[in-house]
Amino acid sequence: MSGKKSEKAARASKEARIDAGVAAPKVATSAGELRRDGLRRVVITGAGTINALGHDVKTTMEAYREGRCGITQLEFRDVERLSIQIGAQVHNWSPETYFNRQQILLYDKFTQFTLLAAKQAVEQSGLHFEGALGLRSGVILGTAGGGLNTWDENYRAVYEEGKNRVHPFVVPKLMNNAAASHVSMEFGLRGPAFTVATACASSNHAMGLAFQMVRSGAAEVMLSGGSEAMLCFGGVKAWEGLRVMSKDACRPFSANRNGMVQGEGAGVFVFESYEHAKARGAEILAEVVGFAMSSDAQDIVMPSAQGAERAISGAIADAGLNPEQVGYINAHGTGTAANDKTECAAVARAFGHHADRLMISSTKSMHGHLIGGTGAVELLACIMALRDGVIAPTINYQEPDPECALDVVPNEAREATVDAVLSNAFAFGGLNAVIALRRV
Amino acid sequence: MTDDIKSRIRAIIAEQAMLEPDQVTDDATPEELGIDSLGLVESIFAIEEEFDISIPFNANEPEKSEFDISNMGTIIAAVERLVAQKAA
Repeated sequence: MSGKKSEKAARASKEARIDAGVAAPKVATSAGELRRDGLRRVVITGAGTINALGHDVKTTMEAYREGRCGITQLEFRDVERLSIQIGAQVHNWSPETYFNRQQILLYDKFTQFTLLAAKQAVEQSGLHFEGALGLRSGVILGTAGGGLNTWDENYRAVYEEGKNRVHPFVVPKLMNNAAASHVSMEFGLRGPAFTVATACASSNHAMGLAFQMVRSGAAEVMLSGGSEAMLCFGGVKAWEGLRVMSKDACRPFSANRNGMVQGEGAGVFVFESYEHAKARGAEILAEVVGFAMSSDAQDIVMPSAQGAERAISGAIADAGLNPEQVGYINAHGTGTAANDKTECAAVARAFGHHADRLMISSTKSMHGHLIGGTGAVELLACIMALRDGVIAPTINYQEPDPECALDVVPNEAREATVDAVLSNAFAFGGLNAVIALRRV
Repeated sequence: MTDDIKSRIRAIIAEQAMLEPDQVTDDATPEELGIDSLGLVESIFAIEEEFDISIPFNANEPEKSEFDISNMGTIIAAVERLVAQKAA
């Protein structure tokens, strides 16, 4: 009976794959190029970022090592009317350095950040997408607010200033898929291209889907990650309403934590099939080995430990790892009362005794919460852990919380060899997405 | 004036809790009235709008807020104080 069922399921899955135009997984041809489950291996061959800690990966990782904080007094129009006046703003940002006048007219800040990060990632990968490769490559990005600055500026113009005309590019600038589209145009990525919006889990959902596409053979190379540029009057004012923001600092897992601090920026990665990367002798930063998502189906803002646990355990299983192999978790770690204790409970449940041996840190204490872009910037801490053997700390940690009794790597980076890591993201709306990486 | 403030707050909380205003007694806690954390934030917003005041409240550390939400009586007293400060 069950045999028949699984046969039927296998047939249905094969048919579905054919319907979707996806090649069936190949049978292993040479050892090491396919996973044990017969699917293709996926590796990261390029990384780029801009965030409050720096305008590139090198500076960001230096900040992670030093435990440097990017959170400062916010600077933008009408900030004095906000009750929350701190944030992790990209420092020394002048788009003129990177873009010409016409591009600045067309690119919202979240697109500018994305393009900058994507250029760094593609440059590092050494890939060119002319010809056949471009047809087999795509881009999936996460963002929650999209062109929020563009909305804000133009609402101000029409409502507050009473203007009756807006710039013709308002719509192409503010749409959530603008960044993904410009990345596809910039590099000639002609395969799957779209944007995922799942609030604080957007980047992880995006990267998880990109991973699945390369793994399944639907694409050879995918650019993925995410971006957010919500630090403007309307963006912060909206968050104030929920009363979950800190007025002074982001202190994840610390008993005296009092809320989250918003950040901005982008992270973009090149996900490539191992076979393709190996054939061209590319430098491999890490292997993406697993991804899982779950939905709490419970509450629009309060997180659930069970939902988070299912995503964590799911990613470990998808990766074919034993929980004991996971040495580090980059936490969602927002610094709110609710998230941090729920996340620690989820980790404890997913790992059992091993929860006391692994390290878990929240880099949001340094780069703030980039909302839809946060998982991408946090993946850099995972890559640093695997490649450099340096675990980014949770800074601003002051008082132990019995409800967060894990090794949160307080205040100082730590040297450690880890073979496998996870990156957690748990969004408002109860949407969870966890990615697993392994050292190559 | 005080009675008026009290009855206006009771009406707001009653609406949020889907109860009759006379069921919102002074010793009732938000939890007893079935108001969860998001409902509380909503109620505080409604009170701010009703009285045109600004209530200092961070959902991460409700116990540290100057605005005591222990029960309806403390909430009413805190609002009365803020309304008086505004008039002063």
